[in-house]
Amino acid sequence: MSNVPSELRYTKSHEWIRREDDGTVTIGITEHAQELLGDLVFVEPPEAGSTYAVGDDCAVVESVKAASDVYSPLTGDIIEANEALSETPESINLDPYGDGWIFKMKLADEGELDGLLDATAYAEQIAAED
Amino acid sequence: MPFIPHTEAEIREMLDAIGVTSTEDLFDEIPAALRTEGLETIPVGKSEMDVARLMQQRAGEDQRSLCFAGAGAYEHHIPAAVWELTTRGEFYSAYTPYQAEASQGTLQLLYEYQSMMTSLTGMDVSNASLYDGASSLAEAVLMAVRANRKSKSKRILTLRSVNPVYRSVAKTITRHQGIMLEEIDYDRATGCVDVNSLPDEPSDITALVIQQPNYFGNLENIDALSDWAHKHGALVIAVVNPTSLALLKPPGEWGAMGADIVCGDGQPLGAPLSSGGPYFGIMCCRKDYVRQMPGRIIGRTTDLDGKQGFTLTLQAREQHIRRSRATSNICTNQGLLVTAATIYMSLVGPQGLYNVARSSHNNTKLLIDKLSKVTGVTRVFNSPFFHEAVFKFDLPVAEIMRALSAQSIVAGVQLGDQYPELENCLLLCATETKTEADINTLVDHISRIASRLDATKCPTQPKMA
Repeated sequence: MSNVPSELRYTKSHEWIRREDDGTVTIGITEHAQELLGDLVFVEPPEAGSTYAVGDDCAVVESVKAASDVYSPLTGDIIEANEALSETPESINLDPYGDGWIFKMKLADEGELDGLLDATAYAEQIAAED
Repeated sequence: MPFIPHTEAEIREMLDAIGVTSTEDLFDEIPAALRTEGLETIPVGKSEMDVARLMQQRAGEDQRSLCFAGAGAYEHHIPAAVWELTTRGEFYSAYTPYQAEASQGTLQLLYEYQSMMTSLTGMDVSNASLYDGASSLAEAVLMAVRANRKSKSKRILTLRSVNPVYRSVAKTITRHQGIMLEEIDYDRATGCVDVNSLPDEPSDITALVIQQPNYFGNLENIDALSDWAHKHGALVIAVVNPTSLALLKPPGEWGAMGADIVCGDGQPLGAPLSSGGPYFGIMCCRKDYVRQMPGRIIGRTTDLDGKQGFTLTLQAREQHIRRSRATSNICTNQGLLVTAATIYMSLVGPQGLYNVARSSHNNTKLLIDKLSKVTGVTRVFNSPFFHEAVFKFDLPVAEIMRALSAQSIVAGVQLGDQYPELENCLLLCATETKTEADINTLVDHISRIASRLDATKCPTQPKMA
């Protein structure tokens, strides 16, 4: 069973969301997602300053098997992308909830956070997939 | 591998298994309005014997012409071994086979091809071909929009001296994706784009398309144009003739940073002129953009036993993995033409390709010198050139062309339809296949026809005082 930290929020498409103290959110893909993808070889993060709505594809993670889209879980502006991933995409495999974060957003509507899955619901979803 | 069609019994069995009565029922979800009951203007089939007779008759009408037409497709000498080897059973396919790694010979050939193309263009990577030069420009434009993440405008500037057919095809393929192709006019005296005519403060540009040598055969100021594009955040798409790269600066060295994407038609490398095809497209790019490049890339590696092996690489964005989100529907494309090109380049070698390019340039220079002396014929542009030049005729060029074709001479390509300001102008090319005698034949016929046309006109056209 993959690690699903209880303090994070999740999407059905396997992104995790962490609300930071300054009101921004940090987003990455879950440990379960990186297990499905296999060894990552390339990450194309979103451009800082761009704006995305819920469900927009905003990044691409490429493994030896496939290139997959990462969807914006919330509506808002990208304030920072993890540029270190261009050199070390394997951070997502090694530390998906830490060094493997992909981008940070400033939300347009904090209320959207309530629509996300909590750890229990996400864990149930991936258990049902297996 | 033999082709074994399904038997009636097998088809029946499959239809029964899925509960459908006929093969036709499989297509019933297509609305009736979209279906056609056959092609009305296509005649009914003929027997093999009838077809053979018809084709022989038509082939007999062909004449071996003395051809000075270029405009994107060029007559070059092709060593006999090129197609003798290319059409061997081992190579005779347009595609990388399924289970690609089982066909090490095909993969090695593609790897060699890619190595040769990167060497010619001075770029980091090459794909395994596209359909042709025109669609390679379209793919390069789509690629630039994906690769230039800083630009949001999807605005592509193309010089008007880029092959008009390429521009037209690129527009057709890209226009429904919100991509704008804007044209930059050329200077009427030089037939090249004047860098000083470009704006100092253009708004967001995604890419600039430069053809070298350009459609008129002239040499653009590629360094200054490339630097201008890069200064304004645009990628540089280079459209090139591979033969010319044996003489000219490779796109990888254009300006301070080099071109970003290189495309063009590979036809001059071993493909004969044959009514427009099949030819093949080339595409190379900087390593930074390799993940946005369409098509196949072959890599060299070592297997578990430590032996050299070749493999398909960077497939994750291809259509068999990424479906509709793939970078392109392009695969191997013109593998057979690439095979011919690889063998052609191996046979002629770097010095041989240089000789082809040099002789073509020298012959065109001779053609320019001789044709410029004919009364009523003027070279239009005064730029350095590779192996083509534009001439303006005082007399109707269509009539001159018609008279020359009676002598089995294809004198060139008329430019008036594509460039209204070049009405009555002809684009001519002399490759290494033309001798001085051929050039004299053309020039003598043009002089003779011009004086005759002029003479018949005199009595009906009174001289103006």
